[in-house]
Amino acid sequence: MRQNLKTVVSMHTRFKISFVLVVIIFSWVRVFAQHNHDHHENTHNDHAHEMSDGNSEHQESHGTCGSHDGHAAFDPASTAIHHISDANVYSLLDWIRIPLPTMLYAEDRGWDVFMSNVFEIGHHEDGHQSYNGYVMHEGSVYRVADKTFPQEGSVHLGGFTTESQLIDGKKRDVTYVCYEGNKFPCESRSTWDAGMLGGGVSSFYDFSISKNVLAMLIVSIFLMWIFIKAAKKYKENPHSAPSGTQGILETLFVFIRDEVAIPFIGKDKYMKYIPILMSVFFFILGLNLFGQVPFFGSTNVTGNLTVTMVLAILVALFVNFKGNKHYWQHVFWMPGVPVAVKPLLAVVEVMSLFIKPLTLMLRLAGNISAGHIAILSFIGLIFVFGNSGANLVGSSVGSLVSVPLTMFMMAIELIVAFVQAFVFTILTASYIGAATESHDDHH
Amino acid sequence: MISLLNFNPFMPSPGLVFWTVIIFVLFWWIMGKFAFTPIAKALEKREGDIQDALDQAKKAKEEMANMKYENEKLLAEAREERSKILQEAKDIKNQIVNEAKDKAKEEASRIVASAKTEIDNQKKAALVEVKNQVGNMALEIAEKVIKKQLAGNQEQESLVKSMVDDMNLN
Repeated sequence: MRQNLKTVVSMHTRFKISFVLVVIIFSWVRVFAQHNHDHHENTHNDHAHEMSDGNSEHQESHGTCGSHDGHAAFDPASTAIHHISDANVYSLLDWIRIPLPTMLYAEDRGWDVFMSNVFEIGHHEDGHQSYNGYVMHEGSVYRVADKTFPQEGSVHLGGFTTESQLIDGKKRDVTYVCYEGNKFPCESRSTWDAGMLGGGVSSFYDFSISKNVLAMLIVSIFLMWIFIKAAKKYKENPHSAPSGTQGILETLFVFIRDEVAIPFIGKDKYMKYIPILMSVFFFILGLNLFGQVPFFGSTNVTGNLTVTMVLAILVALFVNFKGNKHYWQHVFWMPGVPVAVKPLLAVVEVMSLFIKPLTLMLRLAGNISAGHIAILSFIGLIFVFGNSGANLVGSSVGSLVSVPLTMFMMAIELIVAFVQAFVFTILTASYIGAATESHDDHH
Repeated sequence: MISLLNFNPFMPSPGLVFWTVIIFVLFWWIMGKFAFTPIAKALEKREGDIQDALDQAKKAKEEMANMKYENEKLLAEAREERSKILQEAKDIKNQIVNEAKDKAKEEASRIVASAKTEIDNQKKAALVEVKNQVGNMALEIAEKVIKKQLAGNQEQESLVKSMVDDMNLN
């Protein structure tokens, strides 16, 4: 009894000590980082993007760059966005930088394949070197638009600036790279939006194994490994109770089967759709949880609209491909309503064919990104309170506020990771159910 | 400065589309073929087997209960049979005893009756004989009396008297 009490007390104390340690570490990390930051600021004048709003527009209108003084104020919003973005480098704690294979294709120069460490990536994932006319800014590869910039080999860069400019009557951010005291405009990141979202049209395509691709590979291979191991166990001892990992997987598997697959698709047909439902669920859940691991890259794969778009489109294609006569009849010529209403309903139904994947895509990406942003914002409190690392007392107070809030948010995010994977799967199952419903099932 | 324009995670990226399609389709195919379908089938089979085992156990239990019931029924029947047999035996015994008694009574009464008849017969025979004897004696006496007649009354009387005494009636 006394020993128990002692253990409890010591655990309690240990918890307190660890909490204080975490707070202290959090405060110092920023101070240390700021120190580094200042160092870089003096030598390379990078990071000017942080003050590019407003004053920089007038400050640097022509030619030269690299005249920033003082250190930039901490901008929690851009920091959060930067941390949830895809990148061509896998950074752990802004400290260990794992180079990734970079594969770039430009119509006028063909393929460029190299490891991203040729950019000599520094603080804030800005590259200190160019390579064949490409540069790295905030983890992403940009191509220098100005062709007077050296197009072959590496040159040392003087940092980046971002300016808001009016292009075709719209305000757009243009990234400039500093080289030998001159600024060169960069094209936008490699995007496929054809300028619709303001990303601009780029002359190159980035097919790199990016941070998100690597995370997907890690998670997929891990899931394949544990699942194929479990499948082997089922094969070898079909009648033994599940044990170890198999037990966890079986719980989730049976949950999705009994709560999602069977109720929506039916007991006689569900087996055919187990692969798509389970793939969607475990792929999303695995990536959601992988992104939750602190200090492990905090990848935001399922919060990336491109990834969720691909998942939603694949699901929509699958569903419509599996759709039976009955389903298409419901889409184009709804039975049981007056003829006058039929064309109207057909329009609505055809719209819903596109809205369904759209909502799938936005819901998942929005929820996961929002969670990441909330966590990063709470961590950002430390730097806001600490006056960007200048004030140790402030950052300590910030840590005291931030650590419990972050812990709370992480707990919420853990639930969201499961809920969003479940929601995506249950909606997929309901679409499949609607598309494959036979006439007899319908009342 | 922050707008949708540089909300990087929401920008469509061709490379990511390419890799996501490849990774997810491969994941789907490999997992479907080597993990999800075999696991789902194994689970279904296991559940079926468990259900079968449970059903069989239930059936066996029912059978056991049935057998027990039948045994009990048999036992009860046997008991009934036994008591019936015992009752029958008792009845037979009583019947036999009663019959024997009746027979014995009948016999006894028959014997008594025949004895009575015999006695009567004997009595009659005896009486006949007595009558005969008495007759004979009377004749004898009468003969003697006649022989000694006239010698006085007294003498006659004593004579008769002695003769009567002599007559052994037995």
